[in-house]
Amino acid sequence: MNNESSLAHKLLSIDRRWIFLVLAVAVVVPVFVDFSVPIHVTSEVKAVYDFVEAAKPGEIIFLAIDYDPQTMAELHPMTFAIMRQCFNKDVKLIISALSQNGPGMAEQAIGEVARETGAVNGEDYVYLGYKPYFGIVILAMGQDFRIPFPEDYYGTSLDSLPMMNGVRNYDDVRGVIDISGGNITEAWISYANGRYQVPVALGVTGVMASDYYPFLQSGQVFGLMGGMKGAAEYETLSDQEGTASEGMRIQTVAHSLIIILIILGNIGYFISRQKGKQI
Amino acid sequence: MVVVCGSFQGKSPVKRHVPLALVFITGFLLVIQYFVPNDASDFLYSYSLDWVIVIGIFATALGLWSLVKVTTSKIKRRQRGWGYSVVTLVGLVVMLVAGPIWGIEDGTLFMNLFWYIYTPIQATMFSLLAFFIASAAYRAFRVRSLVAGVLLVSALVIMLRLIPLGPISQVNQVFASWILSVPNMAAKRAIAMGVGLGAIATALKVVTGIERSYMGRD
Repeated sequence: MNNESSLAHKLLSIDRRWIFLVLAVAVVVPVFVDFSVPIHVTSEVKAVYDFVEAAKPGEIIFLAIDYDPQTMAELHPMTFAIMRQCFNKDVKLIISALSQNGPGMAEQAIGEVARETGAVNGEDYVYLGYKPYFGIVILAMGQDFRIPFPEDYYGTSLDSLPMMNGVRNYDDVRGVIDISGGNITEAWISYANGRYQVPVALGVTGVMASDYYPFLQSGQVFGLMGGMKGAAEYETLSDQEGTASEGMRIQTVAHSLIIILIILGNIGYFISRQKGKQI
Repeated sequence: MVVVCGSFQGKSPVKRHVPLALVFITGFLLVIQYFVPNDASDFLYSYSLDWVIVIGIFATALGLWSLVKVTTSKIKRRQRGWGYSVVTLVGLVVMLVAGPIWGIEDGTLFMNLFWYIYTPIQATMFSLLAFFIASAAYRAFRVRSLVAGVLLVSALVIMLRLIPLGPISQVNQVFASWILSVPNMAAKRAIAMGVGLGAIATALKVVTGIERSYMGRD
């Protein structure tokens, strides 16, 4: 075996356990090494930020928290950033959580941001909670929020909450921002935007983002935040130091490593192909 | 058609015809309702939404019953992996009891179990994907043909979008936006339209009674 073949063989047969180890190091080291990553803001994220920024004090935005713990690293920072921005501007929020484990996510975010900003339940926000069959719930809220949610998450009648006075359905909110790790997003686009013409913006995971660009161009969605990068862009725009900006360090190193691995694999493949002995 | 009808031959006429009639009437009325905006139509719509939510609650109860039945049967027969069924049942009972008794607000037993057991488990399972993706990308992402090369270049451009590379990032962003907004969107739209037409065709088949698999088999 000559030198080139030997190199190709080595490049093509790296034990997967070495890859796992190197990736683990690549993920752990940036947690402890402090360096900043420049964030380039895209127009689709800025559209969401501008929408919230343009809301007048007292106006209501519907925030749908439709994700579970497995996607919280990417999506939780979006929720925190939007909630902080809204409460600091005195923009009110109606919050729902239509994925099975969404209520826990929402409860934590609301608790933390309300403590920080002094937002009051029933006056600055209303947390509707969870109901099964999200498509039906989204449709029903287009008629009246009280059809699927006669009471809020804490068991208080919606009619007794000052913020819900005169608020009936999507006509009374400025728009919906759906932060989602699953297919609930499509129900918001089809039913809330399609049937009730309420403006919808999305915050989705990185792998989901490319699925929703067609809706952005068609105008069915007015803004889109994709993955941790989208969350970091939002934090940059709203001048917040959140976990997404920190997480971008880790993501940058991990992605760079994956790209290097792909390049190494292809170098090995080309050398072996040139020598006529593909391994 | 003969095959489909054959599977219902053992059912009584009531079991055969009543579900079909219900589906036909409900489906037909709700289609008409969509195109007729008036008070009666709005009432019908709200009323049917209430019905669906109520039916959904029954379905949840059915799901719970089914879960308990399957797991207890596994435990009784000491089938392979029966220990996991015990964990499932214990988890189910503890969460069902903890919620109503101590509440579901932040700091309660229910929420602590959610945050300190369930959340790390789910996050860990999802995080493991990163390791498999890294290994799979290294092994499978090879330029074996022109099409594979195009796919690889597109993937690299999209991945590089997430990595700051100074002035190169601005140029890469333009390419990434073009990939997402033109070829990606064209493909996604074609798929979405195909799925949409398929959904309409399936719905029509269900409403008109051609598709009956939802009724089960004898």
